[in-house]
Amino acid sequence: MRNIRIILCVTACFACTFLIGCGGSSGGSTPANVITTTGSNVAPISVNGGPEGDYADAAFISLTVCVPGTSTCQTVDDVLVDTGSYGLRILSSALTVALPQQKSADGNPVAECLTFLGSYTWGPVQTADVKISGEEASSMPLQVLSDSDFRAPEGCTSSGYPSADTVETLGANGILGVGLFAQDCGSPCPASYNQYFECPSSGCVNIPGSGEPLDQQVVNPVALFATDNNGVIVELPGVSTGGEASLSGSLVFGIGTQSNNALGAAKVYAAPEAAFTTTFDNGTYPQSFIDSGSNALFFENATGIAECGSDASGFYCPAAPVSLSATNEASGVSGAVNFTITDAQAIFNANDFAGDLGGLPIGGSTNYFDWGLPFFFGRNVYVAIDGASTSGGTGPFWAY
Amino acid sequence: MSEAQVGFIKSRLAIAASALLILGALPASASLGGDTASIEADQVHLQGTRTTKAGESYTVHEIQAGNGTAVREYVSPEGKVFAIGWNGPWMPDLRQVLGGFFEQYRTALQAQSGPRIVRRPVAIQQPGLVVQVGGHIRAFSGRAYVPDMLPSGVRAEEIQ
Repeated sequence: MRNIRIILCVTACFACTFLIGCGGSSGGSTPANVITTTGSNVAPISVNGGPEGDYADAAFISLTVCVPGTSTCQTVDDVLVDTGSYGLRILSSALTVALPQQKSADGNPVAECLTFLGSYTWGPVQTADVKISGEEASSMPLQVLSDSDFRAPEGCTSSGYPSADTVETLGANGILGVGLFAQDCGSPCPASYNQYFECPSSGCVNIPGSGEPLDQQVVNPVALFATDNNGVIVELPGVSTGGEASLSGSLVFGIGTQSNNALGAAKVYAAPEAAFTTTFDNGTYPQSFIDSGSNALFFENATGIAECGSDASGFYCPAAPVSLSATNEASGVSGAVNFTITDAQAIFNANDFAGDLGGLPIGGSTNYFDWGLPFFFGRNVYVAIDGASTSGGTGPFWAY
Repeated sequence: MSEAQVGFIKSRLAIAASALLILGALPASASLGGDTASIEADQVHLQGTRTTKAGESYTVHEIQAGNGTAVREYVSPEGKVFAIGWNGPWMPDLRQVLGGFFEQYRTALQAQSGPRIVRRPVAIQQPGLVVQVGGHIRAFSGRAYVPDMLPSGVRAEEIQ
């Protein structure tokens, strides 16, 4: 892990010289996307391996967290930009300011459990003013990731997954969930979801009844911004075939609210259930989704792409880059997506942190194509929040 | 799990290990590898309704859990649960439905952390146990089976 970081310092500078002008392999022959870099609603993001230098195809952002209503603030770097989840989560170990603890109706501290793919996050719900670029979400509930404040109840650990409560296990200092929804559970949020708990001294138990109230739930900060609050645009440049050491791009707040976030020619794909239909190689995948927090394109290996050995198990390792095409469809809108899969092992060996990674969508009923971060390379992707009015209609939708 | 982390949470691991030992001593409610009666225990635990569909090589008991997740248990002609499949917005309680296999699964998962971070589907492939989980937040799917218990002619892909 440490070796990778040292090598990264060398290769990152090398990459600077040829990054600009690289054709986006994901974008095919279409013109390169224009990345917005100025505006009070624009924050820089980078695909750079993250704080531990071991996280390929993941985009990171910096944000400011303040004790509500005060100037007691800190910057948190290396927060994962995740369009596949909702709400802000920060490692307890990355926080230096003491944030107020949220209390339940019974006066007990509230804690949350959220199961991701391959790990879960656990820890107290606290409140902060969160600032990103020129935007601010005041008195916002967020999840602080810590196994030691409260002990995770059995209902939280029954996935068998390990907890991601350290920078080593999370690969980031936090997760900024800027997906299709505002709150991370919805209403009602009953005990059977095992998501929100209250923690008297006797131990954490499910919040009874309809569960955590909607306005108390961990929330996508964008939904609480005073303006530019209807969604985001993730803007990243394309990668050359074979990968790049790093990429720089932007997270733009708002859709059609400023001169720098117009929808333009992007097609709108409605996603009422956070899914659309992908057709690929004669297969139909009705639960497909776009997710910057998945660090590869995960799809059924119908075309017989070579799979990697045990060092990169689950990823694809074709001898030469493979060019493929799929079609996305939602509510009568459809469009082809051309994409490339390159040898994951070669990308890892080169210490490249941005590349056209692909992998297997292991699972019982493989009914999805997971358009992970490589989909964003060379493409501006709009994510409109559920119920929000935008120049492209009411969310939830993706547009690109 | 990294070495640094092992040191960091050693004490908590010890607590967790003893808690699991206690759990292991509870009456066997194993589903995977268990008999039809164990499915009833799962149904009660998951607060679900159950439908049964008989096929040529096996019978499928589907439990629609109270949280919207469907769990399907595959029973061989000998009356043993040889596989479990699920899909829905929340992960099922795998401690319950994997029963005696849960520790093997959990241990294999914890041992998986490699030199790099991955956010991707999960797979445990061992001679005595296969577990595969995919999807994303609010839409998980997966399957678990014991390869040696699959009735002849049944393919793993049939387990949904």
